[in-house]
Amino acid sequence: MTPRQAMANDDILLEASAVTIRFGGLTAVSNFNISVRAHELLGLIGPNGAGKTTIFNMLTGVYKPTEGEIRVGGVSTRDLRPYHITGLGVARTFQNIRLFKDLTVLDNVKIGGHIHYKYSGTSAVLHTNRFHDAEDEAEVEAEKLLDIFGLKHRANDYAKNLPYGDQRRLEIARALAARPKLLLLDEPAAGLNDSETLALMETIHDIRDRFGVAILLIEHNMELVMGICERIVVLNFGKTIAMGNPDEIRSNDAVIEAYLGEPAEHAEL
Amino acid sequence: MLPRTWWLRDLILFVIYVAVLYGLWVALEYAGAYFPWTRYPSRILILIGINIALAVSLNIINGHAGQFSLGHAGFMAVGSYTAAFLATRFFMPFVEKFPAGSAQAILWQSVFLIVGVLAGALTAAICGYIVGLPSLRLRGDYLAIVTLGFGEIIRVLILNVEEIGAARGLTGIAGWSNFFWVFFFAGLTILISHRLVMSSVGRAFLAVREDEIAAEAMGVNTTRYKVKAFVIGSSLAGVAGALYGHFMMYLNPGMFTFVKSFEVVAMVVLGGLGSITGSILAAIVLTILPEGLRYVKELVPDSAPEILKRDPRMVIYSIMLIVLMRTRPQGLFGRREIWDFFPGRKDRVPAEARDEETDKLDRDAAPPVR
Repeated sequence: MTPRQAMANDDILLEASAVTIRFGGLTAVSNFNISVRAHELLGLIGPNGAGKTTIFNMLTGVYKPTEGEIRVGGVSTRDLRPYHITGLGVARTFQNIRLFKDLTVLDNVKIGGHIHYKYSGTSAVLHTNRFHDAEDEAEVEAEKLLDIFGLKHRANDYAKNLPYGDQRRLEIARALAARPKLLLLDEPAAGLNDSETLALMETIHDIRDRFGVAILLIEHNMELVMGICERIVVLNFGKTIAMGNPDEIRSNDAVIEAYLGEPAEHAEL
Repeated sequence: MLPRTWWLRDLILFVIYVAVLYGLWVALEYAGAYFPWTRYPSRILILIGINIALAVSLNIINGHAGQFSLGHAGFMAVGSYTAAFLATRFFMPFVEKFPAGSAQAILWQSVFLIVGVLAGALTAAICGYIVGLPSLRLRGDYLAIVTLGFGEIIRVLILNVEEIGAARGLTGIAGWSNFFWVFFFAGLTILISHRLVMSSVGRAFLAVREDEIAAEAMGVNTTRYKVKAFVIGSSLAGVAGALYGHFMMYLNPGMFTFVKSFEVVAMVVLGGLGSITGSILAAIVLTILPEGLRYVKELVPDSAPEILKRDPRMVIYSIMLIVLMRTRPQGLFGRREIWDFFPGRKDRVPAEARDEETDKLDRDAAPPVR
């Protein structure tokens, strides 16, 4: 994949305005606002149950917001299904890895690029040129991605047979195969040890530069978030309690209260 | 980067396949003429061909796309009644103008068989679409019940339409199916199924089967691909049905009860959901088995107690099915194809090491979409 040029900095990829979702009587997220610019590295943090994954599910169309609007590339996603939103350039990973376990690593990545290698069933059965072109491209692109993520030697293994860390990386590779403008990572460091987390931080940075994508990530690991994110949004009980760069967040009283349970003058996160 | 003359290779292979089938067919016809005892096995051979087409087409829906259809007999009935109706009403009077066995008669009956088969495929595909569109919002057991209901609706409809024989059945259908055409279309079914699963369409089917939420997140329109799988699978069932009608020369709604659907499901499950070669092998085994077990009765000595002298065919058949599913719950080949078991294919990891049970539980635990 050729590294895409970073777009103009004021180019807004995704914008959520006054988004609220209620499940019955429970307001899971209320009045959430965010705008993601091209090539940006944004963190979304908050204690357990703060509504982070719910926000991801709304941004990717799995849930429909009760109120408010989400626009991807200027298009309202109100009536769109998740696969439409992927087509608009938003790809994601899942907190509890959702690989296609019984398919090979290579096929997982090829399915990631599904929207780019479509052709009719007739083409597939007759093996037309269109089929060969698309399949050749899919193969080459998938192998490039696997190479970047160091998974090439396992291309023909079943996804479920990969070690946990590799599965996490494969999920990112699969999402990147959709050639997104915005990549949503849901707790990419969950279950990784310290050295793996450190390597992941580098990988995320590297992905951003190499693929020219903006990245929005949910994370519990403060070190990772503070280390790489340029802007951070902090949620608690579905409400945005703080927004700003890592230094501002680190010294924000509301954030410290949310994490430690009481206001403190000199607490360190 | 890849040679673009693959169509030539395909064409050559196609011609060879047709030639071999034709040769076998002629040989079988001669054998039938000179050695009458070969007629029974060659009839079973044709049934095997039809069952292969049925099992492989159901495998697209149940195995590849991971939906659970119990209405395959319904689609088959639609195909067979369409072809049989067209043949008895329009085609046969035309063909009968020519002297039987003449070149023209043979040519026209082949043309009309193909037209009938295609018409059967079309009507079955339409039914597949009609059933698929609303019911694919359902999953698992619920979908199974809807498709089961559809199969019964088709059967009851046929029972009440006087033009196609209602409960009396449709008689006097020309016996145009033969070894050649049955295996020609069975081969076509296998080819279509294999090429689909090796393409982006098939990958989308597999993605839907593995994880619908992840598939949607990867840009796969899951509803569209589920309907697609249903349409393709049911139209191929229609093809098999059309051939079946021209083979039996008589159709009766009783041939297409849900028991028939279960037979096909048993073939797919026994072969391994998602394995094309598994479905083929299971179709062969499950067609021969009930026939082969007819001889068991003759082996029982006269002195044996009365209960053993009754036909133990279906009892043994059921016991064998239970034993097979007990020892290999994932089916004969699991999700793999027969060549994955050949030595020398080291690029595929032996998946046997995994724990099937936990794997299944894990999949079932996934929350439903929407």
